[in-house]
Amino acid sequence: MASFSSTHFLFLAVAALWTLGLTAIAFVGGGLVGFAVALARISGNRILRITAAVYIQIIQGTPLLILLFLIYFGVAVIGFKTVPAILAAGVGLTVYSSGFLAEIWRGCIQAVPSTQWEAAECLALTRWQRMTRVILPQALRMATAPTVGFLVQIVKNTSLASVVGFVELAQAGKLINNSIFEPFTIFIVVAGFYFAICYPLSAWSRNLERKLNVSHR
Amino acid sequence: MSATANLAPTTPGPGEEPVPTLVRLSNVHKSYGALKVLNGVSFDVARGEVAAIIGQSGSGKSTALRCIDALEKFEQGTIDVCGHAVHDKDLDRRALRRDVGIVFQSYNLFPHLTVEQNIMLAPTCVKSLPKAEARTLARDVLARVGLSEKAEQYPEQLSGGQQQRVAIARSLAMMPKVMLFDEVTSALDPQLTGEVLKVMESLARDGMTMILVTHEMGFARKVASKIIYMHQGTVWESGPASILDHPRTEELAQFVGFGLK
Repeated sequence: MASFSSTHFLFLAVAALWTLGLTAIAFVGGGLVGFAVALARISGNRILRITAAVYIQIIQGTPLLILLFLIYFGVAVIGFKTVPAILAAGVGLTVYSSGFLAEIWRGCIQAVPSTQWEAAECLALTRWQRMTRVILPQALRMATAPTVGFLVQIVKNTSLASVVGFVELAQAGKLINNSIFEPFTIFIVVAGFYFAICYPLSAWSRNLERKLNVSHR
Repeated sequence: MSATANLAPTTPGPGEEPVPTLVRLSNVHKSYGALKVLNGVSFDVARGEVAAIIGQSGSGKSTALRCIDALEKFEQGTIDVCGHAVHDKDLDRRALRRDVGIVFQSYNLFPHLTVEQNIMLAPTCVKSLPKAEARTLARDVLARVGLSEKAEQYPEQLSGGQQQRVAIARSLAMMPKVMLFDEVTSALDPQLTGEVLKVMESLARDGMTMILVTHEMGFARKVASKIIYMHQGTVWESGPASILDHPRTEELAQFVGFGLK
């Protein structure tokens, strides 16, 4: 039986790139959807507000694993023959991230004091101008650190994409283990890859938090 | 009970042009649930007038002021401000706020913008003024409040008094017809209060129409052309500054007596 070699390591490295790619899809997709949901969550329209709240509650109250199953198998049942793994994983993680990012960002937007809205309103700014010129720039500063922090969660949760057959880091580790059965070595290396991706992110997040706390700017 | 509003400045003398009334409240009622805050408030402010609203905490002064800028809803009565019917359901709030400037107790400057950007924001956004012109305008109004050298600073780098003067400048840059001041010196120590009041006094001298809610009796006495004493949600007594020295009602006499002249 072969033992863990550089070929295996390379295979894991490529899989790590897929993990990064999936993270990027989830973050960008989840960010776009999440931002829209965050705005809906605080809109003047009651129906929009409630719909967004229900969406967030459902996403946050459902395990990502189940979400992925639902999309992968559920879509097949509706009529589509097969869903490519990357699509199922991408959509599942996008939906998942959007539910959390929406809530993080809603909190940050609402944390901007209402007197800021009032001051902007009294200067005759439109609702859109108030949002984009006064509220969002302040909310953004508060949101940066927790958003980067959540990025770490996305990286780690991409490992669940293995259940729909997507070959990312965790799944690659499993595949190698099936052939050479050296679980300890293999999964230590896999964990090392995750750590190498996540540590800089959390360090960055902590750094941002410190920097943005010092001054209000 | 309440003395009627003194209409003297709006009544033209023989051969004189009438001075138009810019702000008129009539019989304004407002309550928060069971709590009645305004109980039929009426007063007028003519162009160029400086009206000081005084009274105990809870007498409804700030609420009345906020109603003028449509920041509070009221159930009954009418408010007309520079031709805008504030009580109207179809009120164009943005049009109202182009004519009315307001300065708050807590300054409410935008912390992420420099002093200059704070001032330029509304003229560029609302009046589509080109950046360069807005900058010139910002420098002008900053000079008026004596803070030219602070243009590039952020609000947090300024003292409370300076922040409040920037807030006044920001409001001035929109060239409002009426300016409202909601206890603008209440958060400041006496020295900083002085520098803010000086700016307000110079505005008054330049003919700005001003309505201020204030606890600064000395300032009201000196600068206001009209005193509006509110008590229990109504205008209890109003008239020229001399009513502070010769109050007609027991309540105003007591109120003035409380302050250390």
